[in-house]
Amino acid sequence: MSSKLTRSNRAGWLFALPGFSLLFLFIIVPFFFAFWLSLTNQRLVSPNPTEFIGLKNYRDLLSVSIITLEPERTEAGEVVRDKDGEIEYPRVRTITRSDEFPQYRGMQEWFRWQSGDTAKVVIAADVVFMKALVNTLTFALFIVPIQGGGALLLALLINQKLRGINAYRTIYFMPVVISIVVISLLWRFIYSGNEGLLNNILSALTFGAFTPVDWLGNTETALGSIIAMSAWQAMGFHMVIWLAGLQSISPTLYEAASIEGASKWQTFRYVTWPGLRNTAVLVLIVITMQSFAVFAQVDVMTNGGPLDSTQTLVFQTVERGYGKQDISGGATISVILFLMVLMISAVQAFLTRERK
Amino acid sequence: MATLRLKDVRKSYGNAHVIKGVDLEIDDGEFTVFVGPSGCGKSTLLRMISGLEDITSGTLEIDGQVVNDLPPKERGIAMVFQSYAIFPHMTVRENVAFGLTIAGASKAEKEEKVAEAARILQMEHLLDRRPSQLSGGQRQRVAIGRAIVRKPKVFLFDEPLSNLDAALRMDMRMEIGKLHEQLDATMVYVTHDQVEAMTLADKIVVLKDGLVMQVGSPMELYHAPANLFVAGFLGAPSMNFVTVDVQSRDAAQAQVSNAALEPIAVAHKGRIAGEGKAVLGIRPQHVRAAQPGQGMLHGQVMLTERLGAETVVDLKLKDGSKFIATFAEDRVFEPGESVDLTFDPAQAHLFAPEDTTSAPH
Ligand SMILES: Nc1ncnc2c1ncn2[C@@H]1O[C@H](COP(=O)(O)OP(=O)(O)OP(=O)(O)O)[C@@H](O)[C@H]1O
Ligand SMILES: [Mg+2]
Repeated sequence: MSSKLTRSNRAGWLFALPGFSLLFLFIIVPFFFAFWLSLTNQRLVSPNPTEFIGLKNYRDLLSVSIITLEPERTEAGEVVRDKDGEIEYPRVRTITRSDEFPQYRGMQEWFRWQSGDTAKVVIAADVVFMKALVNTLTFALFIVPIQGGGALLLALLINQKLRGINAYRTIYFMPVVISIVVISLLWRFIYSGNEGLLNNILSALTFGAFTPVDWLGNTETALGSIIAMSAWQAMGFHMVIWLAGLQSISPTLYEAASIEGASKWQTFRYVTWPGLRNTAVLVLIVITMQSFAVFAQVDVMTNGGPLDSTQTLVFQTVERGYGKQDISGGATISVILFLMVLMISAVQAFLTRERK
Repeated sequence: MATLRLKDVRKSYGNAHVIKGVDLEIDDGEFTVFVGPSGCGKSTLLRMISGLEDITSGTLEIDGQVVNDLPPKERGIAMVFQSYAIFPHMTVRENVAFGLTIAGASKAEKEEKVAEAARILQMEHLLDRRPSQLSGGQRQRVAIGRAIVRKPKVFLFDEPLSNLDAALRMDMRMEIGKLHEQLDATMVYVTHDQVEAMTLADKIVVLKDGLVMQVGSPMELYHAPANLFVAGFLGAPSMNFVTVDVQSRDAAQAQVSNAALEPIAVAHKGRIAGEGKAVLGIRPQHVRAAQPGQGMLHGQVMLTERLGAETVVDLKLKDGSKFIATFAEDRVFEPGESVDLTFDPAQAHLFAPEDTTSAPH
């Protein structure tokens, strides 16, 4: 079969060649190259030869441990407290730097909680990576329902036969065609702490009672702000996908439902939503994949800050691979990201499969 | 169980007048069929009864109550669509129970009514299948099942059989007939299949361009068409029309003839004014071959179709018009052969030329 393909389609293959070789060079080769790089200590520019180091890059990123800190005690065995009454613990670095615990060497505190008198401290080999991982998951967790649900609502609104509905369609779709970099720059002004649009609107609405917030400069609000803006930006794209799904539902099904006396909600539940099943799976998986790849917004709006509160996996990949010239570290993150997205999509596809 | 009454019902889409004033009464338990050429407004009229289309003017009464502004669910109707319109993601059971689910019926009630509908339609073995696993006929059965579980006052069918193949259509036609006897419900049925109309209907409504051309029982329409359109629309092959000259006219009959037709007297039923031209309608089945040189109609054979049980002959009459005759026997005619035909003038119909007026009803 393949021999026939190559023989009789020589011209076809020739035409496909330029496109195919570009794809091969810039997608397929780097894909496998990343796997290889993640197993070496390659730097972007380096006089030293590349060494194969196995899974060390993965250990350096993923190692996490919990250590238990006993409170400091007086000779009499009393728990030592500071002047606010908080229990005092030995410093984490007494453990991570001690020769007694070579397995914790170089790790840093990520977060801690208290249980009884003792403190449990989670230490990670790479705290920034861990923060990026958690932020990315948080981002996806919020974006998927907000963006998917919002897009569905817009699509339902826009699917009506109203005068001038095309104007609305255009307006909602506009953010999708504008470059994300431009949008991020605009939203930096909107979120700005002193004279930002959002602060102005909020204080106008509350007659000045609202104290301005530096939305992107605050660890509490920075990630949320990026999530809100990102959800809005790509909503139009998914709206169009939902719309296509909506329009593929036969109008007679709606007529049948109305003859049977279905209310608006029942019509949605029994006709529209089941008819959108395949669309829903597509939207779900596409939004998930896109949200794991969040980069431009972070790069333009916060650069991962403040205090790493908006670090994301792709941002870390780029920062390490190119910023710090640690191309093998960057490759390792991208491989981890790839496996994560693959797994999540597979689980989603499995959970939403057609049950017979 | 319901009566339906339409009074001067009209429908326009902007400047397009689709239904131009329909008056109609449908009795309780009656099987009424709307027929007419494509685009005449059959579906539109049915959808106006269902409430899927609103009524531009006029009134629609169900059981004496004006329902113009009621939504479909409050009219007590059920509808079966040409494209089945069953829900693809639901099992047959869920589809049939849909109306009950919507109304919030209990599980036990649903079970019972679905079982009854399935028994009536003989589809107990299909209840757990999905629509994709059904044939066209079975799907239409599901749609009918969904219609009957709610015990509606009026059933509406919009060409329910036209997506089925010929053999299945015949089966389903008989089943719908049986269903009507069993349920004894008021049914309105749209079709453009004459056979469906003739076999199922208690009352046929012939529509053309948004107007009722004639209302009556199938045999009334067949034997006493009120106008040229109805005469030509019902019956296959359709009625022959011969343009004739009116020689004289008395209260009941007119003396007519032309180059191919010997003078005969035909009842005119007040449809022609006086002397001048008229159209004589003769069904192909109502002519017999006469002895050569005798008979009332003279022509020449153009083409013969021998079907075994009958023979269909295309003739060219002496006045140049075309004429089709069917003989209930296998008989050989040679092309070019002269043929003389005879018929019973009581079975012929006389119309004014180009008449389209609807019959009084
Ligand atoms: N939404 C609409 N806007 C304008 N004209 C319409 C609309 N719907 C139907 N019509 C017109 O109304 C007329 C009647 O349509 P309808 O569907 O009732 O025909 P029908 O008798 O059912 O024909 P068929 O046998 O082909 O189903 C047609 O001429 C059609 O073009
Ligand atoms: Mg129709």
